[in-house]
Amino acid sequence: MKKLQNSLFITRQKSYVHKQRETIVVEQESEKILQIPIHAIKSIFCFGNVIVSPFLLGFCAENGVGLAFFTEYGRFLARIQGPQSGNVLLRRIQYEKTKSAPLDVARAIIAAKIVSSRSVLQRHIRNYGSQDDVVKVIGRLKHNLEQARVDPSLDRLRGTEGVAAANYFSVFQHLVRVENDAGFAFNGRNKRPPTDPINAMLSFLYSVLGNDISAALQGVGLDPQVGFLHTDRSGRDSLAMDLLEELRAWWVDRLVLTQVNRREIKARDFSQAVSGAVTMSESARKALLKAYQEKKHEEVEHPYTKEKLPIGLIPHMQAMLLASHLRGDLECYPPFVYR
Amino acid sequence: MMVLITYDVSTEGNNPQKRLRQIANACLDCGVRVQYSVFECEVTPDRWVQLQAQLFDIYDSSVDSLRFYKLGKNWRDRVEHHGAKPALDIYQDTLIL
Repeated sequence: MKKLQNSLFITRQKSYVHKQRETIVVEQESEKILQIPIHAIKSIFCFGNVIVSPFLLGFCAENGVGLAFFTEYGRFLARIQGPQSGNVLLRRIQYEKTKSAPLDVARAIIAAKIVSSRSVLQRHIRNYGSQDDVVKVIGRLKHNLEQARVDPSLDRLRGTEGVAAANYFSVFQHLVRVENDAGFAFNGRNKRPPTDPINAMLSFLYSVLGNDISAALQGVGLDPQVGFLHTDRSGRDSLAMDLLEELRAWWVDRLVLTQVNRREIKARDFSQAVSGAVTMSESARKALLKAYQEKKHEEVEHPYTKEKLPIGLIPHMQAMLLASHLRGDLECYPPFVYR
Repeated sequence: MMVLITYDVSTEGNNPQKRLRQIANACLDCGVRVQYSVFECEVTPDRWVQLQAQLFDIYDSSVDSLRFYKLGKNWRDRVEHHGAKPALDIYQDTLIL
């Protein structure tokens, strides 16, 4: 199995990142703050005003290191990509299948998403006792899951997914267990821009994880832009967003809840603009990224391969499983479902 | 595999400053400087062969010395650090600047 390589997040403004021999060097005001060999790094995330030297850009592309740019607040801007890796035949099959028979993979992904959203709620009940609203939604999600298994078309499936997501987020507020939680009020998912702290954190981490998934897909030679569930849209990594669906609840939602409930991140870490858009302070952003990175090193048993692997490699594993399915080595695509 | 590399470069011989700098640079390409003249390099077997060859080219075997301590995969259990400037674990530490 592949070694889990590290990710480098640069949030300091006006830092300068460049190549020195085979290392990546980060400087701020001409002072070297980090030097690290490139072989330890899988991706570099630059937030806001970070200057990257052209030599480092080329060096990253050569070494298969993903380099992505985000705004200071985590909105994805751009990603550089080296020569397309892998087998062109695999991508041809991907284009063909996403067009002619997308339903099976899409269904597997949505089923996994509903199951894991449901387990997030069930886990809450196990830990903190029963709550009527939550129990009701767990029941409804079960119904949505059955529905997703029989939906005859992609559009119907997308509809079911929407209903399931709305159900799930309708009780999400109950999972926030901070007393005096006025600062963490949550009334359903909103984005572009997020208008409350919870949504801001979710959007931020979905975007980071989505980018990790894109890199993983790229790594096994799939095209991150052509998806089963999400339609093609210029600039959108649809396939990465497909795979993100299975991991959202289990990975990101739980992580955000833990951070809030353990009071690692507080309501005062956020500020609201006149437009209603909520932005995170630098310290909150760092705390969130730290938790996200640390989680990558936790080991879990993969539900399908039964192999122990660090969470950070799950996107890679799913990308490989999807590629085997497309090649015809696996009859069905096994999504990541963790109970 | 984790290898701990230490070296002594003599002040004699042909251009000692240059040898010193080149050895440090070669080690930095693979790992981190943990103390003066002490590097921890986590390398794949092929990268290790390459690094060794580089070092052998640079050093002057009649006056300098190199020592390699192979700490293997479970090196984290075998290393303790006390005091200032803890070394970076390039694969596992969270790198958020």
